[in-house]
Amino acid sequence: MAEPSVVDYLHAPSKHRGPLSWILSTDHKRIGILYLVTMSFFFSVAVFLGFLLRLELLTPGKTIVDPQIYNELFTLHGMIMIFLFIIPGLPAVFGNFMLPILIGAKDVSFPRLNLLSWWLFLSGGILAVVSLFLPGGPVDTGWTFYIPYSVRTNTTVIPAMTAAFILGFSSILTGINFITTIHRMRAPGMSWFRMPLFVWSLYATGWIQILATPILGITLLLVIIERLFGVGIFDPSLGGDPVLYQHLFWIYSHPAVYIMILPGMGVVSEIIPVFARRTIFGYKFIAFSSIAIAFFGSLVWAHHMFTVGMSDTGQFIFSLLTFLVSIPSAIKIFNWVATMYKGSIALEVPLLYVLAFIVQFSIGGFTGMMLGALSINIHVQDTAFVVGHFHYVMFGGAGFAAIAAIHYWFPKMFGKMYNKRQAIIGWALLTFGFQVLYFPMFVMGYKGMPRRYYDYLPQFQIYHQISTVGSWIVVLGLLIVLHNLITALRKGERAEMNPWGGVTLEWTVPSPPPVENFVTVPTVTTGAYDYSRYEKKA
Amino acid sequence: MFSGASSFVEKTDAVLWFIVGLSAIVFVGIVVTMIYFVVHYSRKKNPHPTNIDGHLGLELTWTLIPLVLFMGMFYMGWSGYRDIRSVPDDAMVVRVTARMWQWSFEYPNGVQTDTLHAVIYTPMRLNLTSMDVNHSLYIPAFRIKKDVIPGRKNVMWFKAIERGAYDIACAEFCGLQHAYMYTKVIVDDTMSFNRWYAAVSEKQGKKYESLLTPKPVPADSESYQ
Ligand SMILES: [Cu+2]
Repeated sequence: MAEPSVVDYLHAPSKHRGPLSWILSTDHKRIGILYLVTMSFFFSVAVFLGFLLRLELLTPGKTIVDPQIYNELFTLHGMIMIFLFIIPGLPAVFGNFMLPILIGAKDVSFPRLNLLSWWLFLSGGILAVVSLFLPGGPVDTGWTFYIPYSVRTNTTVIPAMTAAFILGFSSILTGINFITTIHRMRAPGMSWFRMPLFVWSLYATGWIQILATPILGITLLLVIIERLFGVGIFDPSLGGDPVLYQHLFWIYSHPAVYIMILPGMGVVSEIIPVFARRTIFGYKFIAFSSIAIAFFGSLVWAHHMFTVGMSDTGQFIFSLLTFLVSIPSAIKIFNWVATMYKGSIALEVPLLYVLAFIVQFSIGGFTGMMLGALSINIHVQDTAFVVGHFHYVMFGGAGFAAIAAIHYWFPKMFGKMYNKRQAIIGWALLTFGFQVLYFPMFVMGYKGMPRRYYDYLPQFQIYHQISTVGSWIVVLGLLIVLHNLITALRKGERAEMNPWGGVTLEWTVPSPPPVENFVTVPTVTTGAYDYSRYEKKA
Repeated sequence: MFSGASSFVEKTDAVLWFIVGLSAIVFVGIVVTMIYFVVHYSRKKNPHPTNIDGHLGLELTWTLIPLVLFMGMFYMGWSGYRDIRSVPDDAMVVRVTARMWQWSFEYPNGVQTDTLHAVIYTPMRLNLTSMDVNHSLYIPAFRIKKDVIPGRKNVMWFKAIERGAYDIACAEFCGLQHAYMYTKVIVDDTMSFNRWYAAVSEKQGKKYESLLTPKPVPADSESYQ
């Protein structure tokens, strides 16, 4: 057997040259970077669309675009953010890069399948972009594609749905790959309860990806069949049931919310112990709450549909389960806070993002309770309140976790360190701007501002304007973050092997890691967060 | 304008403020604790951490207390929702038809209008149908909303308790003019309502009969849920 290469993965020899050595690489780390690059592109596009949306809402009536364009903007903003950024997001980038290293493996179980996942992702993304320029114009249905509107509009619904269908396969394959990897590739001594919690969260996510995504695929296929061949499935004018569509859509798309947030929670569970230099509080409770969220999260989809006219029994059960599913999330929050107790805390950039995550995710959770309460839901369903709620959870939660993750693992992934001062300025602007952008939505939503509105009544203008100003601050913050990281890539200081003093396995390999990750396969003898070395010696 | 225009407002707002209040307490607790730990256990002040793996009692506490609180919130929401669903038998019945992008209201004698007229303290039942895509009839001031879905017969009701004109919006995205699908519900006393109803009936050539006395619910209303 040949000596394992110690050349880092960025400079490793490859049978291909130039870009081909990346887009044909089966190295999980290179694939992670491929996702990072493509996803950053899609994220930037979707942020720009969101920026335009907010700009349009600065004044009542027309500000910059016409209603049709506005409808296309919010559809694309949602579609790109959800299908091309936040669903694949953390698992595809940091799962790919870190999962094998965190469990002491050389790669994922199926490296070629992994590359195929990225190619599917790219194809879906390209198709989504191409569909914008096809006759009919960009899709204008909202990212939910609700029927009957989506069988009536002349815009390019079928290409957009096909894109989502392909992206679904990418997600399923990643899920299969990660679950197999976690079952089969753990290093000697890496028992289930010694796994880092990020791995647990990827495991729970993987099961949702495998079990729920096919339902979305089938649903989108049925809509395509309905549109192409006039088969009555969902369209009432053909004898179909539009509410059936909503059920099928949310049977996937609600669990998908947990695909988005679970890995973010995993990242938080990684970061807090490192910067508090102590073991995580309630390891098993956090691990099992991930599984509980994945399980109960599959049973609450119809809480998106409390106003469609379901049976009262249905309303009762779905509301009850919605309250139950928030308990594991609450447990996580309490355990994270408890992890800081008697720690030795360094307030570095990743931890700052995590603190913002906890604040924002809590607000997202509390407003989720309000939405789960039936009588309130009847009032605020389909208003700006809901928009505020899911942006607090998805952007303030999952999005901030992603930015925390990039600041946490950046030195490991690229062997460079970013400017910490600039990173803190970016964080401060982003966190402050975030509240300005989204908090007014709760107020105007409760006052009766419906969502997906091109125009609004004068009494809502003040909230819209505050929100739009917030969007400028957020964009500025994001630009600073981006600038800082890109500058670091080009001329950042060399990062040490273990700049934060972490004890999980990725900090035992060089930065950036060698192709094979480990020169010798590690043997694990302690739990993932054994910080006893920092304790006061007796 | 939002202070109790319908019989649902008080209860729904009370549930909201109950949850907001509880959330605020817990939220402040979390944030203050977090900040206290970050400051008090900073690496400068506390260079050596103490490892604590967990505490079963604490885990149970912060599982069971939220469980009880959440069940309370659930019950309050459910109880408010039951009122929203309990349509009184003696309600005045109006058929609502939604289409892109307007509302039309039809009274028992066949009178059709594009604004809704209601009588104060008198329950009004709306039987909802859509001619094209999904819409959602939303009266923010009344705290009610119901989707209007083609091929489905949905029902909603309210009892206005304050005179005035309130916005009716469409809450389910329905295309180009979605944001302009506004109309009004005008709440008046019985006399003014009857005067309006008589006048509009005459104008549209429909027979006027007072809607004051309870009328049996039209036969097809049973199929509305
Ligand atoms: Cu509408």
